[in-house]
Amino acid sequence: MIPATFSYARPTTIDEAIALLTKHGSGAKVLAGGHSLLPAMKLRLAQPEVLIDIGRIAGLNTIAERDGRVVIGTMATHAEIESSALVARACPLLGQVAARIGDAQVRNRGTIGGSLVHADPGADFPAAILALDAELRLASPRGSRSVKAAAFFEAMMQTVVQPDELLFEITVPKTATSAAYVKSEQKASGFAICGVAAIVDAQAKTVAVGVTGVASKPYRATAVEAALRGRALTPDAVAAAAALAANGVEPLGDIHASPEYRAHLAAVNTKRAILKAVAQG
Amino acid sequence: MTQTIRVRINGTAREHAVEPRLLLVHYLREVCGLTGTHIGCETSICGACTVLVDGKAVKSCTMLAVQADGSDVTTIEGLARNGSLHPVQEGFWECHGLQCGYCTPGMIMAGVEILQRHARPTREQIAEGLKGNLCRCTGYVHIIDAIERAAGARRAERGVGGDLKW
Amino acid sequence: MVNPTKHVGQPMKRVEDPRLIKGIATYVDDLRLPGMLHAAFLRSPHAHARIRRIETGAAKAMPGVVGVFTGADVNDQCGVVPCAAAIPDLKAPKHTVLAGERAYFAGHPVAVVVAQNAYVARDAADAIDVDYEPLPVVTDPERAIAGGSPLTHPELGTNVAYVHSVSSGDIDEAFRGADRVVRQRMVHQRLTPMPIEPRGCVASYHPGDQTLTLWSSTQVPHLVRTLLPGMISVPENKLRVVAPEVGGGFGAKLNVYAEEALCAHLAMRLGAPVKWIESRRENAAATIHGRDQIGEYEVAVTRDGRVLGIKARSVADLGSYLQLLTPAIPTLTGLVLTGCYKIPAITMEIVGVYTNKMATDAYRGAGRPEATYLIERLMNLIADDLKLDPIEIRLKNFPQPDEFPFHTATDLQYDSGNYQAALKEAQRLADWPALVRQRDDARAAGRLFGIGVSTYVEICGMGPSKAMPAGGWEWGCVRIEISGKVTVITGVSPHGQGEETSFAQIVADRLGVPIGDVVVLHGDTNIAHYGRDTYGSRGLVVGGPAIVMCIDKIIAKASALAAHLLSVSVDDVEFRDGRFVEKKKPDNSVDWARLAGEAYIAKNLPPAFEPGLEASSFYEPENFTYPFGTHIVAVEVDRETGDVKIVKYVAVDDCGVQINPLLVEGQVQGGIAHSIGQALFERTVYDENGQLLTGEFMDYPLARAHDIPDYVMGSTVTPSPGNPLGAKGVGEAGTIGATPAIANAVMDALGPLGIRHLELPLTPERIWRAIGQHAGVAAG
Ligand SMILES: Cc1cc2nc3c(=O)[nH]c(=O)nc-3n(C[C@H](O)[C@H](O)[C@H](O)COP(=O)(O)OP(=O)(O)OC[C@H]3O[C@@H](n4cnc5c(N)ncnc54)[C@H](O)[C@@H]3O)c2cc1C
Ligand code: FES
Repeated sequence: MIPATFSYARPTTIDEAIALLTKHGSGAKVLAGGHSLLPAMKLRLAQPEVLIDIGRIAGLNTIAERDGRVVIGTMATHAEIESSALVARACPLLGQVAARIGDAQVRNRGTIGGSLVHADPGADFPAAILALDAELRLASPRGSRSVKAAAFFEAMMQTVVQPDELLFEITVPKTATSAAYVKSEQKASGFAICGVAAIVDAQAKTVAVGVTGVASKPYRATAVEAALRGRALTPDAVAAAAALAANGVEPLGDIHASPEYRAHLAAVNTKRAILKAVAQG
Repeated sequence: MTQTIRVRINGTAREHAVEPRLLLVHYLREVCGLTGTHIGCETSICGACTVLVDGKAVKSCTMLAVQADGSDVTTIEGLARNGSLHPVQEGFWECHGLQCGYCTPGMIMAGVEILQRHARPTREQIAEGLKGNLCRCTGYVHIIDAIERAAGARRAERGVGGDLKW
Repeated sequence: MVNPTKHVGQPMKRVEDPRLIKGIATYVDDLRLPGMLHAAFLRSPHAHARIRRIETGAAKAMPGVVGVFTGADVNDQCGVVPCAAAIPDLKAPKHTVLAGERAYFAGHPVAVVVAQNAYVARDAADAIDVDYEPLPVVTDPERAIAGGSPLTHPELGTNVAYVHSVSSGDIDEAFRGADRVVRQRMVHQRLTPMPIEPRGCVASYHPGDQTLTLWSSTQVPHLVRTLLPGMISVPENKLRVVAPEVGGGFGAKLNVYAEEALCAHLAMRLGAPVKWIESRRENAAATIHGRDQIGEYEVAVTRDGRVLGIKARSVADLGSYLQLLTPAIPTLTGLVLTGCYKIPAITMEIVGVYTNKMATDAYRGAGRPEATYLIERLMNLIADDLKLDPIEIRLKNFPQPDEFPFHTATDLQYDSGNYQAALKEAQRLADWPALVRQRDDARAAGRLFGIGVSTYVEICGMGPSKAMPAGGWEWGCVRIEISGKVTVITGVSPHGQGEETSFAQIVADRLGVPIGDVVVLHGDTNIAHYGRDTYGSRGLVVGGPAIVMCIDKIIAKASALAAHLLSVSVDDVEFRDGRFVEKKKPDNSVDWARLAGEAYIAKNLPPAFEPGLEASSFYEPENFTYPFGTHIVAVEVDRETGDVKIVKYVAVDDCGVQINPLLVEGQVQGGIAHSIGQALFERTVYDENGQLLTGEFMDYPLARAHDIPDYVMGSTVTPSPGNPLGAKGVGEAGTIGATPAIANAVMDALGPLGIRHLELPLTPERIWRAIGQHAGVAAG
């Protein structure tokens, strides 16, 4: 229940945050909403020497439209995304996914950027940002770079973000309303043992499917997408394609769900998500 | 190494030098002496520690006191105004929304936020709003009754509770 | 004459609530004593290991650390953790307050740090270095008693703690005469009680008067006071135990734990108050677990569904050592295995087994949920095998209402009952014909819909002293204060049950005083001198009659004083609505305030009249009480995912006379929530190395608000004849009746697929696998 000691810094600009990260190296950790980091610190599974609290950097939680994309600041909380009118209009999938994260209190503090960088295999947002082809923008002493969602996650709890890098915003294209998220929860923690985000374009011609919870890192169900490309999205066609949802991945297993069950849920939830998306279109 | 923080708690301005690792819940309980906020776990699941920070329900075990610097915090002790109970507190009393009482402060604070979000919540919305709060005594039905009652919704007809005043 | 129903029987809101809803109640972690130190335990990460060396130097050197203690420092100064269960030929390890040469479960306390604050104590615990030599681990209780298993306690030479047999009636005759024998192996999974407030205590020693005060989050302050002197060198009459506000127990706090004794010992040793607050992780690992029985069950039945006899053999996983009642709990299963049925013959053999896990003990229901689950599943399996209706089978085997008191094969005397009436009422509330139609229509449409019934009886009001390990009586005291206000003191120790309210209801009615004038005190052995505390649904049922006895004594005493003051003979005085009245001249009367004034000022008393208006009593129940009921559940199973949705829940419980129906409803609903968890998702999991995989709420799911269906709640009222209040107890009913009803409903839903039985919890994956196996559906 009691974290080990650390020292604490609270930068007010991105540059200041990056300077601190550079100065303290791998002993430092960014503190965003704290809803993954602090529980780990309380169990002493994480013992950073320095915490760099980015909660007071102005503008980091903005949700806005820019160049035809929706731009979400890293510090936007799950609750802010859930209740954003812009998100509901221009990219409803993100709002739907945000609403399924944890509980009301968690959503009030947890941030999209923290969730993505933490890269818990059961986190919800990764399914959505993969399906959305989001871009993640990172700042470092070397300037800033943009990473595609598909290239962002490297392994379980590991992303391309370097120790001296800060994720500062996520941008997603405006999408149709035909999107859905279907989640099977780990009963105790509420994390996903299988979450599937599906987007069907306005002409029902292409389908994008992001899967989380099933494997050590989230993935695009490309086999499903390929099987449905240009096809009529009938229940039978969708079911047949969805059966490929865990193709080529190595599902995780634990006391809450075996690898076989996770793979099975990937198929069921993929089918349900696509059909639900179609129904909403 | 300590850090000085200024926090308004239940309307009173406070200023303390604290260790950065001090959790908000420990700050409230140990430094400010407000022991109505409880601790039931270390993985941020049980919600017994729920308080309002700048009007939003948060688990005070999952926030550092230094993160609350400059904020307005309401704890269970600050809910009653001028000696009269908050409607959610009233609801818990009227509907037998508590037994051992340990989860109750957190439940009530979560209930207050549910009513901020939905003026007339459905029972499903209340249940969903309580997902971050565990109770091992009541089985939740009376808790949902309590929040529903506080919303001014007609009391579910369960043939209990009555209007008997103590 | 008094009006005994002015408050009794009313759904009154609770007097204890204002302090709780305002956040100004005092739980043990809220106590602050001057100079108070804080303890933190270092616990074994291994399920079984030899402790070669413990290096405490670095921890001791940390600023703010007052002391670091290991088994070598304290075990010879503290007695072992007590077990009160009397089981013949019980083999028991000596469980010292800290691990000695070996740690034998993951979570076993190995060392304790005392420091100036909890943060420093926690830091210092991390700085202790222990050299462990891992030893072979025993986790599977069946393999533990097969040949060649490693031993949990080598010094015992076996993993078998005891073999307990129950046998009654002619079992061979029953099986000879059977048309059919129904068999099933069943596993009753291990559960973790998980009260939301973990354990904790504060110990403070006063060297002047040599008294020790222990505040503990316990259900049983009196049992602690009785047993702690066996562990630390403080005599009982120098020991005060206080249960402050207690945040739930469910049996987990019906115990005397090593940490309580150690904090007491350290407070004396260090000359300062010592506080310890358990973390959730410690609570999951080192506070008792419940259930955990595996067995083979056989039932002899006639063609038309009459049960002739049951043979049961079960293995109970006791964990690695004995807490207060560990070995006794499985034996309760044997006692009520015949359920609410006339079953003439039974044999049950229970083998208690040691494994490298936390000890099991009384978790809500304690032994009876196991029995009820077994018999209620068996009744349904009989119905399946004989192609009979599960309701018809039950009706066929119930005793008739005129057969009460009903004597069971296990030698219990069921006090009163009308099982048919409760079943009928539940069917009425469930709109049975419509529900059956709904199921049939759903099935016809290819959906998996099932209805489950459970009819249960349980043992409450613990209990007659001859049947209890340490006396089953209860004590109470009622005092009319000089002001006329009434103080009630009870030996039970409520922690959510609401006896401050229900006792006040009883007292206000019987004394005819305003209910606001009654105060109920409890939970402090300096105030409630005697008591047997709160567990086994006994608070109201055994504690209440003790209060009634006091009231009767006081009214008798006050009548004599009233007669004297009214200048009439006692026979001419009548007690009516809080006044003592001259029968023939009703305006000649006195009230309690006047009587109390005279009784204490004592200048105008009848000859030989003892001053004061106070009475205390010990109530000894002549029998247990036997509440019963019927739960009906309808579920729908998602064929693709295995998810279970409860679509209807009807609970009819008969707990005898209800003092406060609102509190009764709360108890039942709370119990059902535990059962929903047990039936559908709760289980304590250790891996093959004895590592606890469900050590946090992150991995051990409790039911949440959205898991709870809309209930239809009903009741029948069959008063207990042996109890002055007619009450039977209701604390455990929900956990006992509900689990089998849910399980039967799920199995009914899966029946058409040819699935006969699945073990608990009925998780989506378990159901999905079974569906896959039976429908030939390939996985994945
Ligand atoms: C009870 C509970 C239930 C939950 N349930 C769910 C659930 O169902 N689904 C789900 O998806 N999540 C769930 N979560 C996790 C939650 O969403 C977290 O908020 C999220 O995973 C982390 O976001 P954060 O802002 O809290 O990050 P933090 O905890 O502050 O940080 C997490 C990690 O990311 C790093 N980091 C954060 N921001 C940045 C940045 N901008 N740049 C670089 N590094 C950064 C930190 O250094 C840290 O290593 C749950 C959490 C809790 C406590
Ligand atoms: S104590 Fe904060 S969530 Fe449990």
